[in-house]
Amino acid sequence: MTEALNELGALLEAKRPDCVIGWDIAYGELNVDVAPSNIVGFVEFLKTDPNCKFSSLVDITGVDYPDRPKRFDVVYHFLSMYQNQRIRLRVSIREDEMVPSIVDVHPSANWFEREVFDMFGILFSGHPDLRRILTDYGFRGYPLRKDFPTTGYTEVRYDEAQKRVVYEPVSLVQEYRQFDFMSPWEGAEYILPGDEKEGAN
Amino acid sequence: MDGSKGFDDALTGEQKIRNFNINFGPQHPAAHGVLRLVLELDGEIVERCDPHIGLLHRGTEKLMESRTYLQNLPYFDRLDYVAPMNQEHAWCLAIEKLTGTEVPRRGQLIRVLYSEIGRILNHLLNVTTQAMDVGALTPPLWGFEEREKLMIFYERACGARLHAAYFRPGGVHQDLPDDLLDDILAWSHTFPAVLDDIDGLLTENRIFKQRNADIGIVTEDDIQKYGFSGVMVRGSGLAWDLRRAQPYECYDEFDFQIPVGKNGDCYDRYLVRMEEMRQSLSIIRQAIAKLKEATGDVLARGKLTPPKRGDMKTSMESLIHHFKLYTEGFHVPAGEVYAAVEAPKGEFGVYLVADGSNKPYRSKIRAPGFLHLQAMDHVAGGHQLADVAAIIGTMDVVFGEIDR
Repeated sequence: MTEALNELGALLEAKRPDCVIGWDIAYGELNVDVAPSNIVGFVEFLKTDPNCKFSSLVDITGVDYPDRPKRFDVVYHFLSMYQNQRIRLRVSIREDEMVPSIVDVHPSANWFEREVFDMFGILFSGHPDLRRILTDYGFRGYPLRKDFPTTGYTEVRYDEAQKRVVYEPVSLVQEYRQFDFMSPWEGAEYILPGDEKEGAN
Repeated sequence: MDGSKGFDDALTGEQKIRNFNINFGPQHPAAHGVLRLVLELDGEIVERCDPHIGLLHRGTEKLMESRTYLQNLPYFDRLDYVAPMNQEHAWCLAIEKLTGTEVPRRGQLIRVLYSEIGRILNHLLNVTTQAMDVGALTPPLWGFEEREKLMIFYERACGARLHAAYFRPGGVHQDLPDDLLDDILAWSHTFPAVLDDIDGLLTENRIFKQRNADIGIVTEDDIQKYGFSGVMVRGSGLAWDLRRAQPYECYDEFDFQIPVGKNGDCYDRYLVRMEEMRQSLSIIRQAIAKLKEATGDVLARGKLTPPKRGDMKTSMESLIHHFKLYTEGFHVPAGEVYAAVEAPKGEFGVYLVADGSNKPYRSKIRAPGFLHLQAMDHVAGGHQLADVAAIIGTMDVVFGEIDR
């Protein structure tokens, strides 16, 4: 299996050197890093090339790395039912960049791109209908970004007096408990209360 | 009609007929959950269909980022709550792939056994409620009786009828008692009669055939374009099954057939599901026969799994390990994997990005129903309003997994 993937990776690099920034095989899966501007052409190539035939789109998703200059990864998974192979494409973008939409090549990308937009706020240029999909009508913010609190900002309840559902800012009766299980000897990057002077040294 | 006065000839073609927009759902018995379809109708023909999803969105993926790997496992039961254990399976496979854990043979067989029970649970619900959508009342009553028996098998294995949390990274939570295996085997001999009964009610039923045959035809081209999987693929004649194509667990040593349809319509998908239940039954019998021989541990003992109860009484290390496992949880090496299983509804996958800590950095749940429902506009377009219910039924959508 890994041999076939090695072959495929080398083939892709040889045939489309302009698109492939780098590739590797990890855990028996082929990862290819692609430049954002070339993604549509590369996906089209993967779909039509007789050696690849990655004709089903399995998944599109995003990953947020707030510390990196290129903050988001947009990750594509493709499957070839004919060659029985899978491939993963990664596109790294900055927060202000847009990704070209692949809806024209794979109509199934439509909802996936809407979901990535909904969850991460990544814009897809050329998408026919970039609306929010999973969150509430009129929702604000991008929930899966790392700086979005798990509790969110608004809560809803039915108001008996107004006879309708009202939106209010979240009020927590106790602080949201983010458990930290990491041992203070290995993972802790914070200063324990009382240790402030210790940390200054 | 545009309401102009003095109009007396119906055939002049000068009437202005406006398309009609209706809301199907969010509360509709045939929507199989909380689905809101905005349908544009020309008479009774569906012109456009815009599904609004997300009414059951619970933010599972966000919640998972702040919980340990083991705490995240029960969330998977709540995705597709019709066949819970198949979802847990994908999560366990992803973790095992990253950590390189080998599941003991008995654990693998139990997983296969319960995955197939899950498949029957799902197909029983789907086939019979779809029949109800097109007008039959008896099948769901018969099907739910069998589902009840299967859920008791779930309960006897793990203590919960639905939200099992039974598959664990490294194996399954507890071993099965022998009499449970005997009971499942006994059930597997009575179930074909029930299947034949449902078969007799539906397969040659004139109304059922009229409502399903030639409705919602899916071609090979559609499958590729819309990323279908599972029965939506097999109903159209492609023998694509992850259990066969990319075997996981020990599916490669089981003997089973992959039923395929010919026309790719709702009726063929119904037939495929019926036959898949019979194949699952055969796998269940084989698994039980193998389980009788494969005695041994059900968990790969190590960092991922708790120590034996007996060890904890005598060994301090085991006690510490147990405490650390259930508080801090285990650490998974950094990396990213995609693990998929052939869930009853299609390819259910988990894309897991680990950063080496005890919590997933990001986990994306790939639900088959999401793609199937997305193609609703394409598949239902040009059909009658009444066919929408039949198509949603055979697409097998459950909103727990679509909305996540």
